[in-house]
Amino acid sequence: MTARQIAPWIAGAALIAVPFVHRDAYHLHILILILIWAFAYTSWSMMGRFGLVSLGHGGFMGVGAYVTALLWNHLGVSPWLGIPLAMLAAAVLAVIVAYPCFRFRITGHYFVLVTLALSGIVLQVITATRNYTGGSLGYTPDRTRGSQLWALQFDDKAVWYLIALGIWAAGLLVWRWVDRSMDRYALEAISEDEDAAAAAGVNVTWEKLKITVISALMTALAGALYCQYQMFISPDTVSGIAISLQMVFAVIVGGLYVMLGPTVGAIITIMLAEVLRIGFGTKAVGWDNLVYGVLLVVFIIFLPKGILGSILDRLKTRRETRAPAILAGEPKQSTAVRAEVAR
Amino acid sequence: MLVVEGLVKRFGGFKAVNNVSFKVARGEILGLIGPNGSGKSTIFNMLSGTFPPTAGSIKFEGEEIAGLPPHRIINRGIGRTFQIPRPFHRLTIFENVALAGYFGQGRLSRANAEEAAERALAMVGLPTDRRASVEGLGAAGLKKLELAKALATAPKLLLADESLGGLDDNEMEQAADMLRRIRDELGITIIWVEHIMGVLMRVVDRVMVLDHGEKISEGLPAEVSSDPRVIEVYLGTDANAVQAAVARARG
Repeated sequence: MTARQIAPWIAGAALIAVPFVHRDAYHLHILILILIWAFAYTSWSMMGRFGLVSLGHGGFMGVGAYVTALLWNHLGVSPWLGIPLAMLAAAVLAVIVAYPCFRFRITGHYFVLVTLALSGIVLQVITATRNYTGGSLGYTPDRTRGSQLWALQFDDKAVWYLIALGIWAAGLLVWRWVDRSMDRYALEAISEDEDAAAAAGVNVTWEKLKITVISALMTALAGALYCQYQMFISPDTVSGIAISLQMVFAVIVGGLYVMLGPTVGAIITIMLAEVLRIGFGTKAVGWDNLVYGVLLVVFIIFLPKGILGSILDRLKTRRETRAPAILAGEPKQSTAVRAEVAR
Repeated sequence: MLVVEGLVKRFGGFKAVNNVSFKVARGEILGLIGPNGSGKSTIFNMLSGTFPPTAGSIKFEGEEIAGLPPHRIINRGIGRTFQIPRPFHRLTIFENVALAGYFGQGRLSRANAEEAAERALAMVGLPTDRRASVEGLGAAGLKKLELAKALATAPKLLLADESLGGLDDNEMEQAADMLRRIRDELGITIIWVEHIMGVLMRVVDRVMVLDHGEKISEGLPAEVSSDPRVIEVYLGTDANAVQAAVARARG
């Protein structure tokens, strides 16, 4: 085995070992948040990397969190069943919104706007049904006494860390599975030129719908996971437009076209939020959003491949021994624009 | 093999194609010519499913295909190239063609797609190296890639929107020979769209001429190029030169 093949196993073993050697609750808490959000960002980039920029993922995450919690509190449905149902609900919502878009070729900015509306609608529904959801005050799943497996509630942070780690790793595997499939070729082709992709035999609507549903399912799972861990959800923390924007920001900063880019984005955003919170306390509420905004502009202009994407690029050109197959799928905006003009 | 009847396409009040009927026999190369805006590409787009016809029927191997989505039509065996090459820059040359091989043949298997890609690339004379990038290709190379993509879908009928503009004389001849070889060696029926008459006349079995969305002439190359209507609306003052070229080409 080469170093390249061994490295993921060593990293994986090290990550699993963390809670057994280091039991600091605060540090574990930060790590859990990073893993959950890294998974959410990875879910977003499943479709984002193919030019399907969605501002509706806050909506999917909210559905994942709220449906799980509502089923538990009102009907006593265990999260083990509630989470799949919540994911299913998000998938149905994704199909309802995305299918007409893809069928009638609402692409680019128009698609972004439609998904933005989705975020807004989910937010409105949560606040409008405040008798059930607690509205903007937030919502708490009923606590069981102590850790309960069937209720998916655990007092020990180490358990949560391992759960989050497993789901995050599963997210990376899904990313890689898509990356190595022929569907990636199809989606790259679609992102450049839908007509030419169709002329190569690709069912454009179906391919886009598939990746959107996968992305929505994963995002809903992230929302449910966040809900079960934090035991408190509010539109500000798991749903709405702010969360959607945060996903876009984190992924662009980390690197949209590489597997670990969204994870790097999660590390940066959560560290940033923590630093601001500890350094400035309540005086800095909302500052992280301001910093996000400024950084987003800077990154889009100067580092469109994100931090990890750019670093890997730099390493690659330095080695220059391997062909550019490793990082397939780099932004070639100029050529895409040219194709647009030619049409 | 292909029977088109009463094909009409309206864009708003404009009739891009007006009541066009024609047949293509298996193993034939049909040339489709006409000045810019005569409806050639519109006919292609309807045959390949890019958009549905306003009226009329398209029967391929006895079955109606008018209005089917593009991927269905390709899976039935009609491949196409675009007038302006439309490669996927995010993919390598090989991936471009393998993509068409995989999806164009109805997702048979990855191995099958890669095999089809290798054969198609070899046929058109592009490198089968899996890492070669699209960026290095010139105008002629991009046209070859376009053709390889269409061939990888294993078509029975190839719609070649070949417009040889942008190629020099030598490249034009090569492109024309390529189409003939595709027919002779792979047994693929071809409809070839072009607006330059010269090279096309040498290769095709029959020609159909369009003007303002209507078919104005159809027949053997020699007949068509001496048809007064064709000379009047399409060839204009260059008619003599073209006839001479045809005569030369035919020996």
